Amino acid sequence: MEGVADIRVPGIVVIALTFAVAMVFGVVTLPDSVPPELGYLRPQWVVLVLIYWVIALPHRVGVIVAWSVGLLVDVLQGDLLGQHAIAFMLVAYISESLYQRLRMYTVWQQSIIVFVIVGLSQLINFWIESIAGVAEWSLWYLMPSVVSALLWPFVFLILRYLRRVFNVT
Amino acid sequence: MATDHLSNYLDDIRAALTVVVTPVIVAADLPNRTVTGLTEIFTTRDTMRRRISELDNELLLLRAKTEKMASLTAENNRLRDLLGSAAKLQDNVLVAELIGVDPDPERHEVVIDKGSVSGAFVGQPVLDAEGLLGQVIEVGPYISRVLLISDVAHSVPVQVVRSNLRLIAQGTGVTRQLELLHVQDTADIREGDVLVSSGLGNRFPVGYPVGVVNQVVHDPGKPFAKVTATPAAKLERSRHVLLVFTEDDGRSG
Repeated sequence: MEGVADIRVPGIVVIALTFAVAMVFGVVTLPDSVPPELGYLRPQWVVLVLIYWVIALPHRVGVIVAWSVGLLVDVLQGDLLGQHAIAFMLVAYISESLYQRLRMYTVWQQSIIVFVIVGLSQLINFWIESIAGVAEWSLWYLMPSVVSALLWPFVFLILRYLRRVFNVT
Repeated sequence: MATDHLSNYLDDIRAALTVVVTPVIVAADLPNRTVTGLTEIFTTRDTMRRRISELDNELLLLRAKTEKMASLTAENNRLRDLLGSAAKLQDNVLVAELIGVDPDPERHEVVIDKGSVSGAFVGQPVLDAEGLLGQVIEVGPYISRVLLISDVAHSVPVQVVRSNLRLIAQGTGVTRQLELLHVQDTADIREGDVLVSSGLGNRFPVGYPVGVVNQVVHDPGKPFAKVTATPAAKLERSRHVLLVFTEDDGRSG
């Protein structure tokens, strides 16, 4: 990548910033005019970013990073400590074991896998919430995975662009 | 997770991690704040002037009322002293601003910009200008999390102003609706009754408006009547809320 190589930012900073932005998107307040039910459509931004980094840099971002990010998301959303952490660890583990195959896929094929992975993490969240006694099952729980899968191509392209510009390896 | 659910051991860790995520919450609130700021910038001078004079008038009215209130409070406290009653009508409040809303529509929780540094504590009642809003459930140094009275996991002891009937109002998960539990079919309650907090349970102070009864259904097949109420507080609209510090008997201090 000639021409852009002189931007020197440590890779860890780029990765951390993308996670931070994803978290902001995850909790950004909807305007009052929007019906609150739209909140069910909110994609799992952090999971998308996590999947991307695991596929792109499996030697740097893995289960441990997933766990730390998950803890932060738990605190951010006021969930039980460890709930998102365990879901994200599963996400990272699956993506890490599939990364060679995922890299070969086209973006839309990846979307289907993303749908399944995000769905699984939603399911784990639901299990834990229902054990803690605060959740009731509805199909709305799966909406975030549909929306996430549809948004995956854009997230993928943006993050790949960032990775190349900042030369994160 | 089980530790967190069943005990308080992890509260310190949670509070520490809250500091880390505070910038994220603040950043997430930026768009909203910018829009509000821009609308303020683009209002005309005339509108501003009119608003200021309106506010001045309102201030005057409220001041007059407060003066009356002060003397009434003093008198009330004196009478209570004579009666040997413990509850005093004196609450200090701290204004806080709402900076985040739980992204999960199933849960009615908001994040406010005051934490333990400002003296907020877990269990502290939260009001808005219209009535009772909820209570603090989690405190970090600079932010805390408030559970709204409309959450399914929240109940508040209330009293009907007209008949002094004591009841419990539970959230339903719907923002504009509370449900009153275990209302006898013969109980003296009807639509339009005002509910205030009863102060039982020592969590919420006495006498703050909670809601208005909007429906009473007597079903002969059920042991209790189904009664719902509309919360007085603007649960989904309020941007400024009040944290209440009750200077009372020292029992709940």
